[in-house]
Amino acid sequence: MSALEYNGGAIVAMAGKNCVAIAADKRLGVQLMTVSMDFQKIFQATDKSFIGLPGLATDVQTLSELFRFKTNMYKLREEREIEPRTLAHMVSSTLYERRFSYYFAEPVIAGLDKNNQPFICSMDLIGCINFAKDFVVSGTSSRSLYGMCESLWEPDLEPEDLFETISQSLLNAVDRDCLAGWGAVVHVITPERVITRHLKTRMD
Amino acid sequence: MECLIGFVGNGFVLTATDTSAARSITVMKSNEDKSRDLNKHIMLLYCGEPGDTVHFAEYIQRNVKLYGIVNGIELTPKAAATFTRRQLANSLRSRKPYAVNLLIAGHDTTKSTPHLYWIDYLGTSVEVPFSAHGYGAYYCLSLLDRYHRPDINLEEAKVLIRKCIDELKTRFIINLSDFKIKITDKDGIREITI
Repeated sequence: MSALEYNGGAIVAMAGKNCVAIAADKRLGVQLMTVSMDFQKIFQATDKSFIGLPGLATDVQTLSELFRFKTNMYKLREEREIEPRTLAHMVSSTLYERRFSYYFAEPVIAGLDKNNQPFICSMDLIGCINFAKDFVVSGTSSRSLYGMCESLWEPDLEPEDLFETISQSLLNAVDRDCLAGWGAVVHVITPERVITRHLKTRMD
Repeated sequence: MECLIGFVGNGFVLTATDTSAARSITVMKSNEDKSRDLNKHIMLLYCGEPGDTVHFAEYIQRNVKLYGIVNGIELTPKAAATFTRRQLANSLRSRKPYAVNLLIAGHDTTKSTPHLYWIDYLGTSVEVPFSAHGYGAYYCLSLLDRYHRPDINLEEAKVLIRKCIDELKTRFIINLSDFKIKITDKDGIREITI
């Protein structure tokens, strides 16, 4: 039993045309027993960037508090909001600080930079970053998510089409995973606003 | 083998804990209260490693009380749960982590809403409408899934907790002698009989 699979959960992020989307399931379990169907795994870092944290729930919560502290401190010190690329390196070095007793979470970062160009990346539990131009996946359903994203994603999707693509990818991936699902949330980040939608899913 | 159950009703949180203190295969005591009052409206139910449980619960109890004395304002259930979670999460990466599972049941006096938090020994904290810890969870969660409603009143709640306890009496291999049922609402914490 891996600590990364103890609580379950899945996160995916996709890039579109001047927009990005990030989506997660809502389950919190203890191995096969579901405890909560309303567990937050995606955290807003700035107006236009989000951090998704699948993994061991205690570390998800500890890290989300740590990143909230660090992004707030950055904002006070720099008098501007952190860019998603900088945010990714901050998250990466925070994880690498614990190189030999790591946090069990594999973050996904999605956001729009100052030119409203999409930025997405994922990393492993010690902070090795994987930059991508199309989509990134993480969590217990990562393999089925790769399959779904690989077949549904296409370049230059508009926000509404991106929402449909990421939602279908997540929903159909978690239905093949006992440890994820039980509700889902999708954030689509556009230059104007963030569209947040909660999805109804199969509850079995 | 211990069991904590709790659920949120209309304006209250009802909790049940088994009262046996066992060591290996021997029952040492059958009227143990596995809860501590953090303040007038919040209670902490605990189970897990004997020794760790009471020590940790009283540590939290005293710190939450101290916060109330120092600041002249009581912690809300959410604040108490966040504080407790952080203590457990820090302890997890220490030399000797606490092995304590908790339920925090409280009434938020500022918003007049009931809250129940499920916290495990790893420091996972989540607000839930109903939950259970220990082997009892495997039997009670399905019952609560079927019969729990957010607007359940006190009389219905008593029937529901009775259902849970009866289920444990019929299906669970261990004979959990007795249960202590407590309620927290706007009037504070009190023990009830069903």
